Amino acid sequence: MKDTDVRQGTLALMVLKTLDVLGPLHGYGIARRVEQISGDLLTVNQGTLYPVLLKLEQEGSIASAWGASENNRKARFYRLTRQGRKQLQAEARSWEQTAAIIERFFAAKAQDLK
Amino acid sequence: MKALRRFFRRLMSWATSARDEEFLRAEIDEHIAMQTAENLRGGLSPIEARRQALLKFGNVEAVKEIYRDERRLPFMETLAGDTRHALRRLRKTPTFTAAAILTLALGIGGTTAIFAVIDSILIKPLPYPRAEDLVSVWHTASGLPGLPGSLGCSPSMYFTYREENRIFQQFGVWSLGGTSITGVAEPEMPRALFVTYGVLDTLGVKPLLGRWFSQADDAPGSPETAMLTYGYWQRRFAGDPSIVGRTLTIDSSPRTVIGVMPEEFRFERDPELILPSRFERSTLSLGPFGYQGIARLKPGFSIERANDDVTRMLGIWSNAWPMPPGMDATPFQNVRLVPRLQPLKQDIVGDIGTVLWVVMVTLGLVLLIACANVANLLLVRAESRQQELAIRAALGAGWGRIAREMLVESITLGVLGGTLGLGLAYAALRILVANGPDTLPRLREIGIDPLVLVFAFGVSVLSGVLFGVMPIVKYAGPRVATALRGGRTFSPDRERHRTRHILVVVQVALALVLLVGSGLMIRTFQQLRSVQPGFTHPEEIQILHSMIPEAIAQEPDRVMRMQNEILDRLAALPGVTSVGFGSAAPLESFLGGGNPVYAEDKTFAQGQFPPVRQIRRIAPGFFKTMGTRVVAGRDFTWTDLYDKRRVAIVSENLAREWWGEPRAALGKRIREAGPADPWREIIGVVENVYDNGVQVKPPEFAYWPALMDRYIWGGENGFAVGAGMFAIRSNRTGTERLLTEARQAIWSMNGRQPVFLVTTLKTLYDQSMARTSFTVVMLGLAGGMALVLGIVGIYGVIAYVLSQRTREIGIRTALGAQPAELLRTFVRHGLVLTGVGAALGLVAAAGLTRLMSSLLFGVTALDPVTYMAVSALLIGAGVLASYLPARRAIAADPVQALRAE
Repeated sequence: MKDTDVRQGTLALMVLKTLDVLGPLHGYGIARRVEQISGDLLTVNQGTLYPVLLKLEQEGSIASAWGASENNRKARFYRLTRQGRKQLQAEARSWEQTAAIIERFFAAKAQDLK
Repeated sequence: MKALRRFFRRLMSWATSARDEEFLRAEIDEHIAMQTAENLRGGLSPIEARRQALLKFGNVEAVKEIYRDERRLPFMETLAGDTRHALRRLRKTPTFTAAAILTLALGIGGTTAIFAVIDSILIKPLPYPRAEDLVSVWHTASGLPGLPGSLGCSPSMYFTYREENRIFQQFGVWSLGGTSITGVAEPEMPRALFVTYGVLDTLGVKPLLGRWFSQADDAPGSPETAMLTYGYWQRRFAGDPSIVGRTLTIDSSPRTVIGVMPEEFRFERDPELILPSRFERSTLSLGPFGYQGIARLKPGFSIERANDDVTRMLGIWSNAWPMPPGMDATPFQNVRLVPRLQPLKQDIVGDIGTVLWVVMVTLGLVLLIACANVANLLLVRAESRQQELAIRAALGAGWGRIAREMLVESITLGVLGGTLGLGLAYAALRILVANGPDTLPRLREIGIDPLVLVFAFGVSVLSGVLFGVMPIVKYAGPRVATALRGGRTFSPDRERHRTRHILVVVQVALALVLLVGSGLMIRTFQQLRSVQPGFTHPEEIQILHSMIPEAIAQEPDRVMRMQNEILDRLAALPGVTSVGFGSAAPLESFLGGGNPVYAEDKTFAQGQFPPVRQIRRIAPGFFKTMGTRVVAGRDFTWTDLYDKRRVAIVSENLAREWWGEPRAALGKRIREAGPADPWREIIGVVENVYDNGVQVKPPEFAYWPALMDRYIWGGENGFAVGAGMFAIRSNRTGTERLLTEARQAIWSMNGRQPVFLVTTLKTLYDQSMARTSFTVVMLGLAGGMALVLGIVGIYGVIAYVLSQRTREIGIRTALGAQPAELLRTFVRHGLVLTGVGAALGLVAAAGLTRLMSSLLFGVTALDPVTYMAVSALLIGAGVLASYLPARRAIAADPVQALRAE
């Protein structure tokens, strides 16, 4: 698996989580939120967010509609669909499991080395 | 699932791309504007704020690019682009394109048409709901020697099977026949289907108007009823819906029409009327077995379980019913009835499958030859594009990209050819359905359905890949750049022609296989035609059937005198040389079966039946009219008939089987079925008649007089043929005028007497060979196509090789080579290719023609005459196809040839 695939996967998960926590949001809002939390993951290229949003929408995890932004301009708002919520739960669980396994694995290795 | 949803979204957004592009633009602008605003709040100058925002967003065009790729289907777009290019290139070379498309259309069209036939006849379920549960109920009787085929059901079986079965949802028996309808217009004889209660329920096709038969319609004594089928209702009553409840005079008695079947209702031989079969339960015995059983199995039951259940019921049945009158009880125990149920589809489709698959394989081979031809054309085309391809490769086009382009081009060709081929197939099927032989089952169901479309498309794409791959392997390969080096024409090395040679060899081999196949069929047809069928000049014999109304049929003498009178009137018609009368004409054995025949001086093993023989009841003049030779003794005379002499005539094969030679049979006595029939003395022996078609061994015949004082099928007053066949030998046969006069002659005796089954003996004779002629025509067409395509292939290759060697020929001629010597060289080249192909083809043909051995008659699948003739034909054609271009090339002026660069 290429590095970008992993990053795209994590980015998609972060987008879902963001929409889950904050409700409907435009692209810029999502970018800001992800940036705040993830630190440098998005600082290089905010633009990479848009293909990810498109893919999620095509898969039916999120839906979008045009609305007015805070400064009263036309903006596209994304929201989580029911299927997206299910996907988020499933993926979050799988992430937690993976993380737990990796953590235990490293811990065990450290003990063995002693 | 998710991937599928995404695919459709992408497919859809392909169409709306322009608007989406604008939306993305707006969205990105908005994003950058928000970031700029944010930066401004952070204290940056307006210019710096925007610059930072743009930096943070990253490369806008790159994002758009990724976005576009994600949103749509780039693969499809390139494909569409490649297809457009391919079409443009094909338009530029109209001759090549037309030749390729036409060749493919013939190949694909033929294959598709025959696949449509196979699909409609063999693959599609029968046109009844849950047709897979339908079975026909037959029995085998190993104790009855000479029985043609299987035994059906008897009326008593109908009752036992209905009441005792554990595995049928529905069960009924049916038979086909004629009935007369009078009082509507001219008296006529519609094809009638007689059914018991349960047959229509088994089929499960609901009536369009009115109702099905109920059990009450079967009960003797209840009001008589009838149903119409759609076609007859439309034709005869103009689709009048008030027909239900009306009364028709059918077989001289009134019947109420209770329903009309829908248009899509199909049944064997396309019945026009459906009438209930009424069995008087108290009068029934074990036999006769003239009915066909049909049942719908309970879901989940196999045919094996059903057979077991019927075996159990046969035990109940044989104890529950009395013996048929006049039959010995002991032999009946030894008939050894065993049920043989089979899917209804098998009943209807029969063994037509072999013919269809042979034709399918044949047309598949034609398609292969067509592909080889197109591949050859493409090779030449690719060769001329070699420089262009090399330059493109040098400029950085990957060979995968070039290969894809070439493949798209050949698939486009394939699909174009397939589209035209589909049109051809459609036209061919229309012709087939309109003129097809009646022996082709389910003819009216044949058409193009989605499966056929998928097949045509699949075959088109597959052939595109098949003939496209060869030029790709040869010219789009990684070595593509080496072609740049050879700028000037040089004499080609062997390597460059190898592919082309292989193609020609394959073509010749396939053509040989096909020609052998059609040759064998033509020989079969010749052999069939050369069989002396037991009648002469069938085209002169007009046949029509008529029926004396049942009311008179109780008086045999009167019936016979009426038939005699009709015969006299027919004989008096102008141009008539002789007339005959009998229960059926030759090749009409479907009208009456056989029965065991006993000979007085032959004993049969205790309790065994003698073999079943064909029975025909005839009047004097029958054999003379048909042209059947009297081998020994004499024909019946009218005195024999009216004096009720107990006399008989047998066929030559029966006489030889029992008494060694025809003369020895004279004076011997035979009888039908059992003691109820009197012994009849043989006074004549006649030539064998191929009554089941000339490809089948002629059945043994016993002929009885048309008028008898005692007969197993007769009443107390004796028996006369009431429903019979009149044969008229005349040079005016087949003309409408003779038919009108013949009908008038019959109606002048009795205006209410229907005339039906009007045909000529020639038609019956042709119909008996319909399957063979169908196969001959199909294989002949395929063989002809293969021959033409094969010759074109050889010609093309030799001509091309010569055009490449013009320079060499010029030099050799200038140096003094003899034209004759050169000519020989090139013809030998063509001869070697054809010879190798023919040799391979002979081996393949020897293997493949075994598949069609069941279709052959009088020749073996390895018939040496056919093999030699076909090889000679093909090699001759090969020599000619190489001689013509070679002579032209050599005749050219050597100076011209050297200059032509």
